[in-house]
Amino acid sequence: MQVKAAARPRLSPRAVRGLAYATPTAVFVAVFFLLPLLLVAQMSLSDWPLLTGDQGINAPENYTDAIDSTLFWPAVRFTLLYTVIVTVILLTLALLLALLVQESRPAAGFFRTVYFLPGALGLASASLLFWGLYSPTTGPLSRILEKLGLVDDPVSFLGTPTAALLSTVFLIVWKFAGFYMLILLVGLQRIPHEVYEAARMDGANRAQIFRSITLPLLRPSIALTLLLCVTGSLLAFDQFFILTKGGPDNSTVTVVQLLYREAFQRLNLGTAAALSAIVLAVLLLLNAVQFRGLRRADES
Amino acid sequence: MGGTAGPPGRRRRLVTGTVALLTAASLVTACGSGDDGSDGGGGGGAADAKGTDDGATLTMWTRAATRPQSEALVKAYNASHKNKVKLTVVPTDDYQAKVGAAAGSKDLPDLFASDVVFVPNYTSSALFADLTERIDALPFAGELAQSHIKAGTYEDKKYVVPHTLDLSVLFYNKDLYRKAKLDPDKPPTTLAEWDQQARAVDALGGGVDGTFFGGNCGGCGVFSMWPSIWAAGDEVLNKEGTEATLTSGTAKQVYATYRGWVKDDIVAPGAREETGTTWTGVFPKGKVGVMPMPSTTLGLMPKDLDLGVAPIPGPDGGKSTFVGGDAIGISATSKSADQAWNFLAWSLGDKAQVDVVAARKDVVARTDLASNKYSKADSRLVAINELVADGHTPYALKFGQTFNDPNGPWLTLMRDAVFGDAQKVDKDNDAVSASLAD
Repeated sequence: MQVKAAARPRLSPRAVRGLAYATPTAVFVAVFFLLPLLLVAQMSLSDWPLLTGDQGINAPENYTDAIDSTLFWPAVRFTLLYTVIVTVILLTLALLLALLVQESRPAAGFFRTVYFLPGALGLASASLLFWGLYSPTTGPLSRILEKLGLVDDPVSFLGTPTAALLSTVFLIVWKFAGFYMLILLVGLQRIPHEVYEAARMDGANRAQIFRSITLPLLRPSIALTLLLCVTGSLLAFDQFFILTKGGPDNSTVTVVQLLYREAFQRLNLGTAAALSAIVLAVLLLLNAVQFRGLRRADES
Repeated sequence: MGGTAGPPGRRRRLVTGTVALLTAASLVTACGSGDDGSDGGGGGGAADAKGTDDGATLTMWTRAATRPQSEALVKAYNASHKNKVKLTVVPTDDYQAKVGAAAGSKDLPDLFASDVVFVPNYTSSALFADLTERIDALPFAGELAQSHIKAGTYEDKKYVVPHTLDLSVLFYNKDLYRKAKLDPDKPPTTLAEWDQQARAVDALGGGVDGTFFGGNCGGCGVFSMWPSIWAAGDEVLNKEGTEATLTSGTAKQVYATYRGWVKDDIVAPGAREETGTTWTGVFPKGKVGVMPMPSTTLGLMPKDLDLGVAPIPGPDGGKSTFVGGDAIGISATSKSADQAWNFLAWSLGDKAQVDVVAARKDVVARTDLASNKYSKADSRLVAINELVADGHTPYALKFGQTFNDPNGPWLTLMRDAVFGDAQKVDKDNDAVSASLAD
């Protein structure tokens, strides 16, 4: 009896409860994340046309095809450029907005709501809205600028590579600045008032307080927004798909757009899966680096 | 307590992990299996011209671009037959993905329409049932739009019939023609005349422009430019659809005309970035002189817009059109092929073609009905219907990825030829051929 009990220890009620809590999530993750991930891995190693399905292993052809595509490296460069521009602008603006509305002044609630409001709109809907605004044939923006006498000719918001990039960045900043402001606002409000009081009593001015107290204590929130912003920008798709379709002249093709193109324009799920695997690997690496930085910041 | 940390715990984790992995792998294999377990359903069995009307419920998919025509046909069929067709309209941009996903899981509907240029993808992937005997048994088989039948013929078997026809034609604004002192009854018959008339209208000023086209839309480009090349007797692709011939003298002459319109600002604003979403919305505003348009939009034009219709001319005359639109077939996995054929055969009959299709000012799918009681009341309809015989539907297995893909090689060629460095056209043509032969 004793031997049996030693070989098979009974689970304690606490362990059973823990299992009961964990199982639904584990099943969910297995079915909706691990299984698709395995399927993508298998696809990326196989000749897998969209219309006819698995035609057998062809590794590493999908990976070499993906990287040899004339659009691959331009798409990588563009995605990185877009990520840097969006991240710098968004984080700076979000921090400014958070600092503006952090105090409980009479209109602070109103402004917090106004800044956050665009974040409540879906990205596809927001992109469609801006596409309508930007359109030189049906949109009002160009006509308004002409009527105000600010421009002589219709404005081409999406007609050149630079204009298309900046117009898309504007949409993203408009949509997400309020959301990131909220994350930073929570971080700001977690900083105890006593710390500020003590600094003021020590004679620190606003700039010194910001540099020596606000920024260091806000570092976890900044790291979180940085993580979300970089990951979201590297996965950019909806906004470019709707606003530019990768144009003009393939100047705004992102890596995820390339992935979509392989799957649904070129009907080649194998190469699309290989691109997915590459994107996933890069994101994992980047997130690991960012998490390590975050942990170090916490420890310090 | 200690059970989870000791060797038995490690073993248990190992066993659990292995089982989970094996389960996952077997599921993945099951998901990915290319096993063709279907009995094929198929439509090639009985050569009955009428099919069966026994109260079956049929499922059908169509893309949003041709929704009004499909809805009108389905509504009329359901009102007069025991069979009932349940139509699902899928956003145009998502259609290929939806068909592909459904094909993989053997969940295709009984009937599905497709942009005719994508039909070769589906016939070569065996998604449609063989309809050769059924089509040949139709009393009007020889009068069906042959460009659609040809696009749906694979290895000498016919898989689709025309469903909705959409032809590229010139629309011109007669009011603006009068104001520009042009004869409203003399539309252009050569590319040079088109150029002159567009420039004459553009000279009116006051927000009026000579012409318009979708300059960032590959599909719009093939629809608008290629008829001018065909009208001169030239080809754009080889017979197999594996090589492009888009650098002929005629082709370059066509590109040069469009380039001239851009250079001299004869084109309405927005042509350079028009991705195809709003290109048909410019003409109805009444501020454009003459431009290529899809024939299906004729019935949607404002009542007070006095517009004429003319064939798209070649550089020195001639006429042609891109016979687009949707072809439709019975899915290879359908269990109700006889009933589905009943719908298709009815949709091509005199009554449906005249009282449903022609009544809506749409192009009929049969050349023998080009002149009918509705078209007689509107000479523009006769002109459009008669064009079907002069039209082309290009055949290429890789048509979508080469010509419709917004990041594909044809759009690069077209934009270089019209907006950019025209010297690159020869090199771009090689990229188009490479994509076709991919």
